[in-house]
Amino acid sequence: MAPIKNISRRGFIKGIGLASGGLVLASSAYSFSNFGSKEEDILEFNPNLFVQLNSNGSLILVASRSEMGQGVRTSLTSVIADEMEADWDKVIVKQATGDAKYGNQNTDGSRSVRTLFETMRKMGATVKAVLITAAAKSWKVPESECIAKNHFIIHSSGKKIGFGDLVEIAKEISIPENVILKDPKDFKFIGKKLPSIDVENLSNGSAVFGLDKRVPNMKFAAIKRCSVAFGTVKSVDKTEALKINGVLDVVEVPMLIKAFGPLGGVAVIATNTWAAFKGRDALKIEWNYSKNTSYNSETFMDSITANVHKPGKVEKSIGNIDNAFKKANKTHEATYKLPHLAHAPMEVPNAVVSVKGDICEVWAPIQSPQAARREVANFLETDQSNVTINVTFLGGGFGRKAKPDFIVEATAVSKAINGPVQVVWSREDDIQHSYYHTVSSQFLKGAIDKNGKVTGWLHRFALPTIGSTFTPGRDLPQPWEARSATDVPYDIPNLQIEAGKADAHVRIGWLRSVINIPHGFAINVFADELAHEAGKDPLEFRLNLIGKDRIQETKDAYKYDTSKLKHVLKTAAKNAGYDKQLPEGHAIGLAVHYSFYSHVAAAIEVSVTNGKLTIHKISVVIDCGTAINRDTITAQMEGAAIFGMSLAYYGKITAKDGAIEQSNFHNYQVLRMPNAPKIQVEIVNSNDKPTGVGEPGVPVIAPAIINAIFKATGKRYRTLPLSDHGLV
Amino acid sequence: MITLKINGKEHSVDVDPTMPLLWVIRDIIGFTGTKFGCGKGLCGACMVLMDGNAINSCQMPISAIQGKEIVTIEGKTENLQALQKSWAEFNVPQCGFCQSGQLITATSMLNNNPNPSEDEVNGNMSRNICRCGTYTRIKEAITHCVELKNKG
Ligand code: FES
Ligand code: FES
Repeated sequence: MAPIKNISRRGFIKGIGLASGGLVLASSAYSFSNFGSKEEDILEFNPNLFVQLNSNGSLILVASRSEMGQGVRTSLTSVIADEMEADWDKVIVKQATGDAKYGNQNTDGSRSVRTLFETMRKMGATVKAVLITAAAKSWKVPESECIAKNHFIIHSSGKKIGFGDLVEIAKEISIPENVILKDPKDFKFIGKKLPSIDVENLSNGSAVFGLDKRVPNMKFAAIKRCSVAFGTVKSVDKTEALKINGVLDVVEVPMLIKAFGPLGGVAVIATNTWAAFKGRDALKIEWNYSKNTSYNSETFMDSITANVHKPGKVEKSIGNIDNAFKKANKTHEATYKLPHLAHAPMEVPNAVVSVKGDICEVWAPIQSPQAARREVANFLETDQSNVTINVTFLGGGFGRKAKPDFIVEATAVSKAINGPVQVVWSREDDIQHSYYHTVSSQFLKGAIDKNGKVTGWLHRFALPTIGSTFTPGRDLPQPWEARSATDVPYDIPNLQIEAGKADAHVRIGWLRSVINIPHGFAINVFADELAHEAGKDPLEFRLNLIGKDRIQETKDAYKYDTSKLKHVLKTAAKNAGYDKQLPEGHAIGLAVHYSFYSHVAAAIEVSVTNGKLTIHKISVVIDCGTAINRDTITAQMEGAAIFGMSLAYYGKITAKDGAIEQSNFHNYQVLRMPNAPKIQVEIVNSNDKPTGVGEPGVPVIAPAIINAIFKATGKRYRTLPLSDHGLV
Repeated sequence: MITLKINGKEHSVDVDPTMPLLWVIRDIIGFTGTKFGCGKGLCGACMVLMDGNAINSCQMPISAIQGKEIVTIEGKTENLQALQKSWAEFNVPQCGFCQSGQLITATSMLNNNPNPSEDEVNGNMSRNICRCGTYTRIKEAITHCVELKNKG
């Protein structure tokens, strides 16, 4: 753990740091004064960056990660409150701005709770210790006779004092170096079902999303971008646009060739969003199309498929795969092709930016407020301290809003018009100018011996990489983009994983569970295919394939544990009624995958009638270590199941001559209520370190559906989406 | 000047009569609880009640609204408030962005049909997308709300 630099006058703390990078823990450096109305006679106690206790008893806790539906404002703060023994009803959550002092704020990689759990516990425990010291001091009794309970410090004699009443004394007490954390069995909120602290605001229209932010004199803008990635403006005729009622101005937005650089284009500034959209439609623009006009999805798929049908770069090799195939009693091969996907968060990308000279203030739904701050400061050639990034509620993110291109773009517009502006993406903009989930082709070949045991496993994949977004031209994966294939948890003596080349012709980004989608799909479907080839029951076959209990990999104290993998798989199958008699025509398909350090399995019951698929029930089991908020975890598994179903049913982004062919929810469909099945979630009880929750529920869904369809119909589908096969 | 009645209050606006109600509500009058999700009548994020029935406000020019009673998510009606309670009980929202529209559609459904069947719930609510996937909870919350109303 990194040492803490302390710049406060009184407190002196060692050993409380954020998992990544140091944390300046200083009340004097941090002011809550912007928060709400401040009454003069309320005293404040700011023992650390995350906690402010007021003399009226209200407790302000800071959420440093962005809220996008994963419940992080509730889960992280409830950990502080639990250790503090605070009254949850007295808690007010304040959203942090983007600032390095909070440590890493990137809200992606399913990492908020898993990386901040210990830190938040210490933040709470420290404050509790100070309050106990304060009470003991004022009562002149030993601290050991005092306990904290429900926002009070209570003495063994029975007398008690409220947290708020201790503020004045607490302010004079130095912060302890070491604190004792609670015994997990005494947790009050952790491990329970705590409703979202924002549930009311999110149900009555009062929560302020980026799109809802209004500042004085704010204008609205929409930007026309080139239909082909990285095309630039040759000329623009704005005459018609300027005639539209409400349109004020037309300005060009520069393209910045860098990872989070805006695509550039032409912005129409107006008094309202509708006029901006109409004005944008009226622009006449000539473009310099880029070399990406050569991008056609069909031919591209053929080319990457050719690359997986020949040897690629070896990412991992165990035993001798060629020998395994030579000696095999039987070999089996399959090629899986999956298309690009767009995140399509319910709230489109948008940002309000106000540039005044060197000073810039941003309000935006952003998963990466620090990257936004850095990129905006770079763009304006100013110091980061001049840039404030206010994080609003996010109407979904799924990785799209981890890329602050849309904020830099709005900064450029604000600078150009010299005033505050909200840049709004239309849904068409969102779907046609995303950082797409990659398209992929994968070839798998297995060797089976005469006993039906798998003796060889070859997995080749080719896909445009996320690395290409950061290093243009990169056409092979970095180790982390291969890991979900190389980590295949099967006990097979001869195993080889290879990567084929693939160029990127659109911006490639990360989408909820990222590379685990294609790899999890291929591995789970192919294992099911091998079970069939070996003439074995898929569950039993899979458990044998995973093999003996062992730690497959250890990383950052997280353990990829095959016994957990088997446990979640068996439990999901059991919950789904795998052994039971199913209604005529019904079948259950299975999938299991380890991602974001969590072990997850799905068992999905389907039927296919008159060529149409119905999903009756999804049973999901997750082992995510210590469960912080069981309701949130359940909700995330439910949401991931629907997200996985959406991509399995409809998810497909294609390019023709470099332009994206889909544009809105009519041709980029997502699941709706009539297709939403019953979803049963079980969370494995565990005291291990908490692991990821937001993403790992996704990768198991599509393969389990494919496997179920096979069992029900004998037809094996190796490409998605299912709408292409007329099944939905 | 066009006069609109929103949540029981009159608002006079001086805008292009073809401007969709959604943008008048959000950008001119300033109620931001009604959301923009697609602009094409596909997602239901922009639902408001017009004389008690849910409409996609992104598809409704304000010239067509004269004399109608509009209720947005910020408004108060018996069914809406009952549903909001139920939403809280089932902790329905994830990101929450679609929930204004979901609640308005559900309110409209209950206004017209106090005892919807499961198929009717599915049918009515299929106008709304939730990208976070809260459908099961929405359904449970509606069912619970109907049960409570039938009891009390
Ligand atoms: S914004 Fe009106 S239906 Fe989507
Ligand atoms: S709760 Fe996020 S879109 Fe429905």
